[in-house]
Amino acid sequence: MQERLKRLDVILGIHPESPYQVMEKALKRAPKDIISDLIDSGLKGRGGAGFLTGLKWKFAAAADGDEKFVVCNADEGEPGTFKDREILTLVPKKVLAGMGICAYVIGARKGYIYLRGEYKYLVPHLEREIAEFHKNCFKLELDFNIEIFLGSGAYVCGEETALLNSMEGFRGEPRNKPPFPTNDGYLGKPTVVNNVETLVSAQVVSRIGVEEFKKLGIQDSHGSKLFSVSGDTPRPGIYDLEFGLSLDEFVREFGDGDTKAVQVGGASGFCVPRKKFQSTTIGFPGGLTGDSLPTGGSMMIFNSSRSMYNVLRNYLDFFEEESCGQCTPCRIGCQQLKVGIEAVKRGDKDPEYLQQLLKLTDTMKITAKCGLGQSVANSFSSIVDNFREEMIY
Amino acid sequence: MESIKNIISVKINGIDVSIEKGTTILEAARKINVRIPTLCHHEDLCVAGNCRVCVVEVEGAKNLTASCAAPCEQNMVIKTNTPKVRSARKDLIALLVSEHNTQCTTCYRSTNCELQALASEYNVDNNTYLSVLKPGIQVDRSSWSIEKDDSKCVRCQRCVRTCAELQHVNAITVAHKGKDMKISTFMDLPMNEVVCVNCGQCIIHCPTGALTERRYFDDIWEAIGDEKKHVVINTAPSVRVAIGEMLGYAPGAHVTGKMVAALKKIGFDSVLDTNYTADLTIVEEGTELLGRLKSKIKDEDDSVALPMITSCSPGWVKFIEHMYPEHLAHLSTCKSPQQMFGALAKTYYAEKIGVKPENIVSVAAMPCAAKKFEANRPEMKSSGYQDIDAGLTTREIGHMIKQAGIDFSEISDSDFDSIMGDSTGAAIIFGATGGVMEAALRTAYELITGRDVPFDRLNIEPVRGLEGIKHAAVKLENCLEAYSFLEGVELRVAVAHGLKNARVIMDQIKDGTSPYHFIEIMACPGGCIGGGGQPIPTNDKVRMERIKAIYEDDADCKLRKSHENPEIKQIYDEFLKDGPLGHKSHKLLHTHYTKRNRY
Ligand SMILES: Cc1cc2nc3c(=O)[nH]c(=O)nc-3n(C[C@H](O)[C@H](O)[C@H](O)COP(=O)(O)O)c2cc1C
Ligand code: SF4
Ligand code: SF4
Ligand code: SF4
Ligand code: SF4
Ligand code: FES
Repeated sequence: MQERLKRLDVILGIHPESPYQVMEKALKRAPKDIISDLIDSGLKGRGGAGFLTGLKWKFAAAADGDEKFVVCNADEGEPGTFKDREILTLVPKKVLAGMGICAYVIGARKGYIYLRGEYKYLVPHLEREIAEFHKNCFKLELDFNIEIFLGSGAYVCGEETALLNSMEGFRGEPRNKPPFPTNDGYLGKPTVVNNVETLVSAQVVSRIGVEEFKKLGIQDSHGSKLFSVSGDTPRPGIYDLEFGLSLDEFVREFGDGDTKAVQVGGASGFCVPRKKFQSTTIGFPGGLTGDSLPTGGSMMIFNSSRSMYNVLRNYLDFFEEESCGQCTPCRIGCQQLKVGIEAVKRGDKDPEYLQQLLKLTDTMKITAKCGLGQSVANSFSSIVDNFREEMIY
Repeated sequence: MESIKNIISVKINGIDVSIEKGTTILEAARKINVRIPTLCHHEDLCVAGNCRVCVVEVEGAKNLTASCAAPCEQNMVIKTNTPKVRSARKDLIALLVSEHNTQCTTCYRSTNCELQALASEYNVDNNTYLSVLKPGIQVDRSSWSIEKDDSKCVRCQRCVRTCAELQHVNAITVAHKGKDMKISTFMDLPMNEVVCVNCGQCIIHCPTGALTERRYFDDIWEAIGDEKKHVVINTAPSVRVAIGEMLGYAPGAHVTGKMVAALKKIGFDSVLDTNYTADLTIVEEGTELLGRLKSKIKDEDDSVALPMITSCSPGWVKFIEHMYPEHLAHLSTCKSPQQMFGALAKTYYAEKIGVKPENIVSVAAMPCAAKKFEANRPEMKSSGYQDIDAGLTTREIGHMIKQAGIDFSEISDSDFDSIMGDSTGAAIIFGATGGVMEAALRTAYELITGRDVPFDRLNIEPVRGLEGIKHAAVKLENCLEAYSFLEGVELRVAVAHGLKNARVIMDQIKDGTSPYHFIEIMACPGGCIGGGGQPIPTNDKVRMERIKAIYEDDADCKLRKSHENPEIKQIYDEFLKDGPLGHKSHKLLHTHYTKRNRY
């Protein structure tokens, strides 16, 4: 088990075969073979939702459209996450090669990097890389051109359909799904939206092949993954780890010896208390025993000096601001959760009111329009359930 | 074959339904009379899917599905009324209530409010959640026409979609995000300082009391109670086919006689007809059109603006002032029938009945919110007084009738008073899109050729109906001598309603590609029968019923051409002695326009 903790450098490392050589190799294969490899590899999106990347590409490849697009989602708005920035800084060629392979597979001639506004300083660096990438495309006779689109700064714009709205000059509000972007994306055309790291991993599958890729990780969660470790840890930073890690192992490696909880997956993820460290693995939910939690990559460690009430309240502050505000359950639900726990804490509401609020998170989960409102329940119920006393006293 | 391929079937509450591909779950359910509650959905507008009260269970889906936004898929199994669905809806409505300034007892939309109806249907407990109503929300009463109360807004964005999609005005937008998300204006300016054209379409698309017309009926009650005041009211053609809806009748009920009787009972000293000035408008506007055609064709004067466009819709007038200020010359200089009425009420009418104009209070019953703004335009004082003291909506009139304790269903018919109460079928059709054009053609064709317009029973079908832009062409042959310059000319006309369509027409004019001589434009979809002051709901089904009633009324009239109205002949004999577009008419019945900014 200790194995899984070592730095793999699958994502951030430098390899003898350059990303553009990997791309060249891929471009010699039939698109459908690349797709079936990707599906076999079990690669799931690294942006949080964990959708099978091969399937996404397959849908976009099959969709009718005179024009198609590849969009690299580099909005990285989740607090405590900065892995995409690292990737774009250290190994941009891998991202571009991933986009190139995707363009080839689905038949796109145009790609965009939707870059978080705060990462504007990366633009000159990325433009140089893109220029070099275009030269490689030219050599490989791949008619594909990438542009950078600077994001507007709202967290919700990282949601793929809000991102597309924002690129089209509309308000960054998530759209109804269906239709999905693979059929009806940027400007109504078939579009693949992939996280930065997903594109790198797709490129990794091409480089090392399905078999090697599947050796990384565990059942249902393959490959390696970057984690942004923050909070009460002596070793904050970005780590390239395999899936399948138990939280217990993780905390032993990164904790400060006094860890009381880990928030897996940021504000929209789950809070795991000490007593559940052993039974929790990091990966996508699958047929494992115990809990298996997906994560966009944020791992926040809390030691016993932290008030989980404050932690939750901060998350709710974040959500009530960062919700786009269009849909009822999310716009009003987030406010209710916040004023609700405050009222319980003050004693204005009975502790039983927490039950009403938990029921509310159920409603939010099944009625909210996008992942933001749907996932507020995650942190709320995992914190309230596990740290109920801290909510009341 | 093609159509068969596109038919899919789904099961809703155990019943098989076949529908066309692309049909939403909500539409499919309606087909089998399964009602699903909605709030942000409106049949006139694009799908938003933001209120979420229309959620249903779809077998196999982990979350509930918003039925207004989700297309049916082959073999979908849908349940619209499960405990899970009901409980989620109830929770959502409770949330909306918790953000809401619930003041139903004093709210103008009470009993006609979709939030209220939902909350009552689901028996929502106001105390489920704490109030998260934003403190300190001020009602915006800056506009003459529109009252905006954000504290009653459910953020459904129906108004925003209306203003953008139907009207292409974009005066209101969504601002901020999260808990601060709200419906705002450019730079959060008050409504009277933005590009809003006062059409009121946002009002009739708003499910709650967040957007309403500014109400002036209390002032009018005051005037009615004042012995010294002589209060006259003129009622627009589209009001009579809609007012019934305020008082328990189905859309399109013929209640003109009852309406007149009720207004008399309320205490108006005289109940007159806007149709009278509609007929007058046709004579003035027809003369203006012929004048422009003559200058252009006979005198080859290129400075004359053609096509000429109607000016009776004040929402449309403000729209062109903002959006196409460089093309104002295309607008007819005729005032709207309301404003012609006002100018005459305090001059001609005052003289006739021997009342001092300062003692006349002149009221207009209108289907429109923009008429309030129009009445208050600074130039509308050609009688020496404010020509129209108040423009009331159909809804306000409905309220007044109720406030007066009148049993509308029992009251017997009454006729309009005189003078200025006579009208023709040509005037009543002003209320429907295409009506002004039809009325104008009936008169103009006859003036030019001496013959009836060549359409069966004078019904100019090509300009009727709800098509967004309609066209017609009439060949002018065997013209009377005075109009020989029009011999052989094909008179081309167009009709547009809804400002989205007006924009298409104006862009043609801007590009120099407009093929028309004369264009009718109404700001509201369907024309005045769909005006922003009409009863709520207004949708295509209701619009069609009101339009049907309008044409039935026209068909029932003995006189169906404006120039045949005896009172119109009389006013040119007795008062406007120098004729249409003469000096006096120019002073009282014509106006000028103001260039405005785009923001
Ligand atoms: C509120 C919200 C914010 C999101 N932010 C991001 C983000 O910053 N970066 C990202 O890659 N995906 C983000 N996502 C996920 C995207 O919607 C989408 O699933 C992802 O870009 C797909 O890429 P993947 O399949 O490669 O993961 C966000 C989702 C939600 C609901
Ligand atoms: S869930 Fe929240 S962020 Fe998503 S659409 Fe609804 S209001 Fe916007
Ligand atoms: S808007 Fe509707 S729910 Fe709100 S106070 Fe008015 S009637 Fe009541
Ligand atoms: S009155 Fe008309 S123009 Fe003004 S905000 Fe409403 S819809 Fe827009
Ligand atoms: S003002 Fe009315 S229509 Fe507009 S968002 Fe609010 S409730 Fe909806
Ligand atoms: S009516 Fe369907 S989401 Fe509002």
